[in-house]
Amino acid sequence: MSLRYEVGKRGDIAAVRLTGTIDRDAGDALAAAYAAAESASPAVIELDFHAVDYVNSTGIALIVSLLARARAQHVTMRAVGLTAHYQHIFEITRLSDFIEIVQPIPH
Amino acid sequence: MTEMLEAPATVEKQRRGTRRAPRPTEPALQARAAAIDVQIEASDPLLVFLQSAPGPLEIGALPAFSPAAARMKEQGVQMVVPLITSGELVGLLALGARLSERTYSRTDKRLLDSLARYAAPALRLGQLMRDQEKEARERERIEQELHVAQLIQQQFLPAELPELGGWHVSAFYRPARTVGGDFYDIIELADGRVMVVTGDVTDKGVPAALVMASTHALLRSTAAVVTAPGEVLRRVNDLLIPQIPMNMFVTCLVLVVDLETGRTQFANAGHNLPFVLRGGQVTRLEARGMPLGLMPGSVYDEHEAEIEPDDIILLYSDGITEQHDTDGEMFGFDRTAALVAAATSGDDLVDRSVDALGAFSAGVEQEDDITLVTLQRGRSGGYHDTASFTVPSAPGNEREVMDRVAAIVDGALSHDRLEALKTAVSETAMNAIEHGNRGDADLDVTVLVRRTAASVVVEIGDYGRGRRHEADIPDIDLKLAGLQPARGWGLFLVERLVDRVEELTAGDRHVVRLAMSVSDGPGDDDPGGEAVAHMSTREGEAP
Repeated sequence: MSLRYEVGKRGDIAAVRLTGTIDRDAGDALAAAYAAAESASPAVIELDFHAVDYVNSTGIALIVSLLARARAQHVTMRAVGLTAHYQHIFEITRLSDFIEIVQPIPH
Repeated sequence: MTEMLEAPATVEKQRRGTRRAPRPTEPALQARAAAIDVQIEASDPLLVFLQSAPGPLEIGALPAFSPAAARMKEQGVQMVVPLITSGELVGLLALGARLSERTYSRTDKRLLDSLARYAAPALRLGQLMRDQEKEARERERIEQELHVAQLIQQQFLPAELPELGGWHVSAFYRPARTVGGDFYDIIELADGRVMVVTGDVTDKGVPAALVMASTHALLRSTAAVVTAPGEVLRRVNDLLIPQIPMNMFVTCLVLVVDLETGRTQFANAGHNLPFVLRGGQVTRLEARGMPLGLMPGSVYDEHEAEIEPDDIILLYSDGITEQHDTDGEMFGFDRTAALVAAATSGDDLVDRSVDALGAFSAGVEQEDDITLVTLQRGRSGGYHDTASFTVPSAPGNEREVMDRVAAIVDGALSHDRLEALKTAVSETAMNAIEHGNRGDADLDVTVLVRRTAASVVVEIGDYGRGRRHEADIPDIDLKLAGLQPARGWGLFLVERLVDRVEELTAGDRHVVRLAMSVSDGPGDDDPGGEAVAHMSTREGEAP
């Protein structure tokens, strides 16, 4: 599997640490990560991209699907650890209008 | 009855009053009114006769051999009153029988004569106003047509000049008020060479613009199939012949330049011969041939020249050489050659040519479109590095393409621009694998990477028919609302991450070319909808 995840809890935040690649093969892992995160009924799901080395357009589509689920459940999504490049991609796709971006990694 | 006739003209006349008219009330008159036409030809002797007539005249006093007089008589006209102002016959009053059935009295005639003196200048004024309105409408129509012609023409001029490895391109275009048919184009060929085209359609306005658009399209489509300039002209000529209007033709020069070696092939269809500046000496690239659209089966000799580092080529339209000054003298080839001789760069040549032509033709309207295109070979020659490789069309190989391209261009781009290029390469390669080659592992995706001091160009080829274009521009609001599928971001990202994306055909392959400038700033040339375009692009100059 190209993507691994760990889910932790910090108050009402479910922190999902992602490791690997978010592409066509990451669908199952992302869905499982989200399910694990939402089981704790958090107010915020925080996706941690520090250890993500690659996101392609299919990965962006998977993130959009997660975001749609979160919004339907009135759960806030947050992204941490995005590189400047992927932060730029979040901006041009306007994901950043819906996902709070925290602390991009300086390069 | 009274009818005012303008001469010569077609007018309608209402006849009123009959013997049995019970009450000559207005509705009753209208009911019995009959419209007639009286056409007074310019050659009708009646006009000369009335010009010197003393005043109101009985119909019988008019020349019997006048067709208009005969026609008026047939239609019951009894009295004619010429309307003369400033010695000019501007119309006439035609009267039928009096309601009382009596003949017109002397008093009637005096009254009519007096009326004519007032009516004639008023009629003339009305005529002048009508003429002015007609002229204004005609002017407006012409201006509108010229505007349309200009829009058509600008649509087909390059919006921006491509970056050519090691070469500096500069271009200037300014339409005449009447809009001629100048055009130029720079076509990057699949084999890395560049086709430079300049042309001029005879005639002006919309017809010239339409032929220009048609020629432009034929040149582009032909260049996708053949690249030998003589053959391009031959094919375009044969395709143009059936569709070009009579008495119109197109002069056209085609150069195909190998950017790495400077080897330049060219052929000419009656266009101005380009100048070349080398080491202070000015020569011309000699090639002649029949203009396009004149003669079926025309063939075009191909010539070849070596363009050396620092050489400057000037392509130009006759809007420069044939511009007159206030004394009627033409700018000519000698003045143009002198400008070339003094040029220090392509940009300098364009600037000085425009200035010199402006000074020369001060006080005179620009007679024709002006087009200048310069090509200057830099000292560094062509591309610094070229590398190519292939990968099978297997899922996931887009990352291999991305990583290998990143390794090839290592150090050429800033971190941010490299990351942007990597994502664009990955997305384009994925499109080639999944859609172009339909995931057939027996079909390779070809990758060509060119590096220069100023840019990186990556060409990714497959055996498909073109990029898979998403049906809609991705919109996250619609996607979140379930009104668009979550996917569909690929091309959107590619187009926003690199400086330029182009598609071309190379034999049986479809190629997507991604270009990324090494500098962070966006291009500063945006001629957009300007009528005057002056663009240049520099790349690969030696440090």
